[in-house]
Amino acid sequence: MKKDYTLKLSGLEPLVVTPESNFVNVGERTNVTGSAKFLKLIKEGNYDEALAVAREQVEGGAQIIDVNMDEGMLDGVEAMTRFLNLVAAEPDIARVPIMIDSSKWPIIEAGLKVVQGKCVVNSISLKAGEDEFIHQAKLIKRYGAAVIVMAFDEQGQADTYERRIEICERAYHILVDTVGFFPGDIIFDPNIFPVATGMEEHNNNAVDFFRATKWIRENLAGAHVSGGVSNVSFSFRGNNTVREAMHAAFLYHAIQHGMDMGIVNPSMLEVYDDIPKDLLEHVEDVLLNRRADATERLLTFAETVKQKGKTEKVDEAWRSKPVEERLSYALVKGIVDFIDADTEEARQQFNRPLEVIEGPLMAGMNVVGDLFSSGKMFLPQVVKSARVMKKAVAYLMPFMEEEKLKSGNTSNSQGKILMATVKGDVHDIGKNIVGVVLACNNFDIIDMGVMVPTEKIIAKAIEENVDVIGLSGLITPSLDEMVGVAKELERAGLKTPLLIGGATTSRVHTAVKIDPHYSGSVVHVVDASKSVPVVQKLIGKEAGPLFHQNIKEDYAKYREEYANRQREKKYLSIEQARSFDVKVDAKNIVKPTFTGTKVFEHIDLEMLKAYIDWTPFFQTWELAGKYPQILNDEVVGKEATKLFKDANLLLNQIIAEKSLQANAVVGFWPANRQGDDVKLDIAGTTTTLHFLRQQNEKASGQQYHCLSDFVAENTTDYMGGFAVTAGIGIEKLVAAFEADHDDYHSIMVKAIADRLAEALAEYMHELVRTELWPYAPNENLSKTDLIKEAYQGIRPAPGYPACPDHTEKKTLFNLLDAEKTIGLSLTDSYAMYPTAAVCGYYFSHPEAKYFGLGKIQKDQVTDYAKRKGLSLEETEKWLAPNLAY
Amino acid sequence: MNIEQLLAKRVLVLDGAMGTMIQRHHLEEQDFRNAALANHPHPLKGNNDLLSITKPEIIKDIHRQYFEAGADICETNTFSGTTIAQADYHLEFLVDELNYQSAKIAKEVANEFTALNPNKPRFVAGSIGPTNRTASLSPDVNDPGYRAVNYDQLVIAYKQQVKGLIDGGVDLLLVETIFDTLNAKAALFAIEEVFEELNCRMPIMVSGTITDASGRTLSGQTTEAFLISVSHIPLLSIGLNCALGAAALRPYLQILSNKSEFHISAHPNAGLPNEMGQYDESPAYMAQQIEVFLKEGLVNIIGGCCGTTPDHIKAIAEVAAKYAPRPLEKLQSTDNN
Repeated sequence: MKKDYTLKLSGLEPLVVTPESNFVNVGERTNVTGSAKFLKLIKEGNYDEALAVAREQVEGGAQIIDVNMDEGMLDGVEAMTRFLNLVAAEPDIARVPIMIDSSKWPIIEAGLKVVQGKCVVNSISLKAGEDEFIHQAKLIKRYGAAVIVMAFDEQGQADTYERRIEICERAYHILVDTVGFFPGDIIFDPNIFPVATGMEEHNNNAVDFFRATKWIRENLAGAHVSGGVSNVSFSFRGNNTVREAMHAAFLYHAIQHGMDMGIVNPSMLEVYDDIPKDLLEHVEDVLLNRRADATERLLTFAETVKQKGKTEKVDEAWRSKPVEERLSYALVKGIVDFIDADTEEARQQFNRPLEVIEGPLMAGMNVVGDLFSSGKMFLPQVVKSARVMKKAVAYLMPFMEEEKLKSGNTSNSQGKILMATVKGDVHDIGKNIVGVVLACNNFDIIDMGVMVPTEKIIAKAIEENVDVIGLSGLITPSLDEMVGVAKELERAGLKTPLLIGGATTSRVHTAVKIDPHYSGSVVHVVDASKSVPVVQKLIGKEAGPLFHQNIKEDYAKYREEYANRQREKKYLSIEQARSFDVKVDAKNIVKPTFTGTKVFEHIDLEMLKAYIDWTPFFQTWELAGKYPQILNDEVVGKEATKLFKDANLLLNQIIAEKSLQANAVVGFWPANRQGDDVKLDIAGTTTTLHFLRQQNEKASGQQYHCLSDFVAENTTDYMGGFAVTAGIGIEKLVAAFEADHDDYHSIMVKAIADRLAEALAEYMHELVRTELWPYAPNENLSKTDLIKEAYQGIRPAPGYPACPDHTEKKTLFNLLDAEKTIGLSLTDSYAMYPTAAVCGYYFSHPEAKYFGLGKIQKDQVTDYAKRKGLSLEETEKWLAPNLAY
Repeated sequence: MNIEQLLAKRVLVLDGAMGTMIQRHHLEEQDFRNAALANHPHPLKGNNDLLSITKPEIIKDIHRQYFEAGADICETNTFSGTTIAQADYHLEFLVDELNYQSAKIAKEVANEFTALNPNKPRFVAGSIGPTNRTASLSPDVNDPGYRAVNYDQLVIAYKQQVKGLIDGGVDLLLVETIFDTLNAKAALFAIEEVFEELNCRMPIMVSGTITDASGRTLSGQTTEAFLISVSHIPLLSIGLNCALGAAALRPYLQILSNKSEFHISAHPNAGLPNEMGQYDESPAYMAQQIEVFLKEGLVNIIGGCCGTTPDHIKAIAEVAAKYAPRPLEKLQSTDNN
């Protein structure tokens, strides 16, 4: 069994040199000794361009890139370190292994210390004796690199076949036997010397190389052979046609003899089969030393060969795309070469420079974000994209400043953002990326670093008067830390919006654990690309307050969804749940102006108009958005506006023609809580209202709600009930539209009647609070506050989340005598008719809150059935959606 | 019997999460302090390594629970035991003691268990974490050439940790949760230097971390590139840990198993943290996933990372006992050309 001596190298990706891989070509242009252009770039510190040279090599097919910084005027250690650190940040270069090329050991070591992949050291030799050779080889092994060994010893460089094999054999045995070097990691460079120099002793240079190569491959198990190919054609500098042919022919023969790696310039290489026959013959005569006058003949022939020059083939197709696509391409690929020109082009297409950032550039970053989250890009590539972004923004900066100067606004910052990784956590890569992306968008970033204690965050936020605070964390305990920061911000009385980000953070965690503790906005940001629009909205003067409200509502919704998912999990027994009830304060009891019922007929529809909450109206038509903003919405604004206009036309017509009638009945009764029931005293006889209590387990210290809790125990308290309808007369209207096959208006009239009924319920509730049961006589709320239910007391409806039992409607309707008083009846399934109707209870206490019952357990259902005098089976039927079993 | 001999016979079990077990104690700032640290001016809560000194009984008890659950190897509580990681707490001066004590208490517990059942010897692996800085990535996006830590600094820090661990009596060294291969290479370099200075050797385990959906390390290497980059040192094992749950780890373990001549280890998380930051996979579920690796002969050493508990390790140990270990000669069979 043969031993596995495969040479394996790595950049970001593996390079495994198998017999089948034939030949590994090493890019040679990032070498200051071989490329005047590269030397100039490094000397000038133009590392961007220097990297472009490396990228070109890899794109051109180099499987390894050779990096050499050996130049008298350069600090080689510094240049090697800097350049390779920069290469590490360029995934399209760093994907291939690096060949660290220097004749100075400190430069080699500097290179080995900055590359994560397995490199090749180029080179060491026995030039300074065995001790140094062994010392260096041992260290190379410890650094984890392969090595090129030059055929060079204490006596000098090997220039014959015999010297070559003598030195290589000696070096091989020292490496394998003394140092313990892996044979597959040994690569010999048996010296490629120029041919056709005119000196006779050079005529056999190529032949000796070929023979030595063959010997090494056959006798030194596992070892490889490499060399710098361009040396061979040194005599023909200036005649690229001959040089290219010579390189190709040399390689062809060297590979035949076993050379499996070489430093070549792919753009200085002809395809062997494409070399003109006559040229090839002349070249091979020289290389193979086939005739005494070979050099002479080639020199003469060379004069006749016309320079044809090779054209570089780079895929530039993307350059012909529209500018948006070019920007997106450049961001995804991390190409900075054209970014200024493309940004300028985009700038001319937009009214304001900022629009270029918000438009095409952010769109490109979104693509990057999507690719990253789907695993098609990885972190170093994303970082590169961020840099392209930064460059584009830097280009736009002067234009933005100019614009600011013109507008007289000298501050060019969009806002100040404090960023910190929370206490106990030291991860900051994601935070830094967010910081850069935001900075690119003209935000001032105050980065407090990692492990930042809460008190410092707060102090800094106040001191700098920041607009947004961004918290980051990667480990799971950071989640709790963030909750702590939110609580302390609240205690400090701040309202500064809070951004939450980091690998373990989530929208759900933010909604459930962080948001409830802070009255300022709290937004979870999935990735850096999403941070900019979010921050802009949070800070925006006009959109800010609305965005705040929307965010708060969204997060409340996520919270509820999460709670619903969790509810199925754990429950308290009904006895336990009852021990966590709410007790109202008896001193808040207010006596209504009457007990019993009172009827209100023909209520003024014109007056109700002001109480309409239009948002649900648009939902009926499946248009998403809040009124009035929906009228200006980009997507549905036009549609919404038209609908709104039609609705008002019809509404005004209804009002003018009095074609709908709105009636209400309100009742108040002395009431007393008994457990989960409320006993009403109806002129000396008792009517019982039955309620249900939450049982799904909550965090400790929380209460388990039941509507009965909102009525006092053991003393005379009051409770109310109501039923309203705005649908009297609707059949006629609907019938008329339907006869016309006018579905649009038939739906419209129902939708309007619904809105009027809700508006009426709102109006009656206000009348109750301020006049009929004046527990809030001085209330002065705007209509928006009304819609947001910012008043004291509640009016929950049977069949809705707090009291989902529809059958209780019957008791309420009996109490109000609704059918007789206002013409509102109940169907067998307890639906109200006309449907444009609302009924419910009134609770006055400040403790009264809306809540969702959630799922309940059998123990409560059994008890409830008993209290209602119904069979368990029937009760379960009506409560089916709430049963947890 | 030494560990190589044992590995030829059966799949060995590594312990589970340390952090998860510590979290159960709901420790407060004062638990991270002793008399000597009473007036330390910086917060110490969260510096779990420190508990080896301030609350050794808690750490020993965790080791004990894992050994009871069937672990063959426990990891020392030294994931952040370098001057670089401890700098966050201003505790660089404590690094020697921290590694020494952590190794010592782990070895004490291991010896207890070996004495009880000499047929099942227990081993202590000195845990060497990645530090919190990356040698091949810039933390400053504006300056991609910048490095917050360099190779020489890492070698110095790792050497100090390795010496402490060896002094304290560890049986193996485990370079783990590698997200930047250059850091790991510095750790291996440091280990080799210490071995040379002390004229000793001990088995080395290396375990990388695949961090995202691209299947690469944080520093951008593919699994195979990572393997090649650390194979210059004779390792007891190479493997993967953290970041992903067992199921997601499988394709990358296959790569290692196919390409490596070393033993293969895996200590996955109990799934990915859910949206509330908790690890969901139950012991039974995780054991079931791991049984897939075992059936396919992918691993030699199996354990748990974040979110795993003694219950997980018990379930894993039970299933591991049913299967033969991955044969080491696996590679050679493909080398008959």
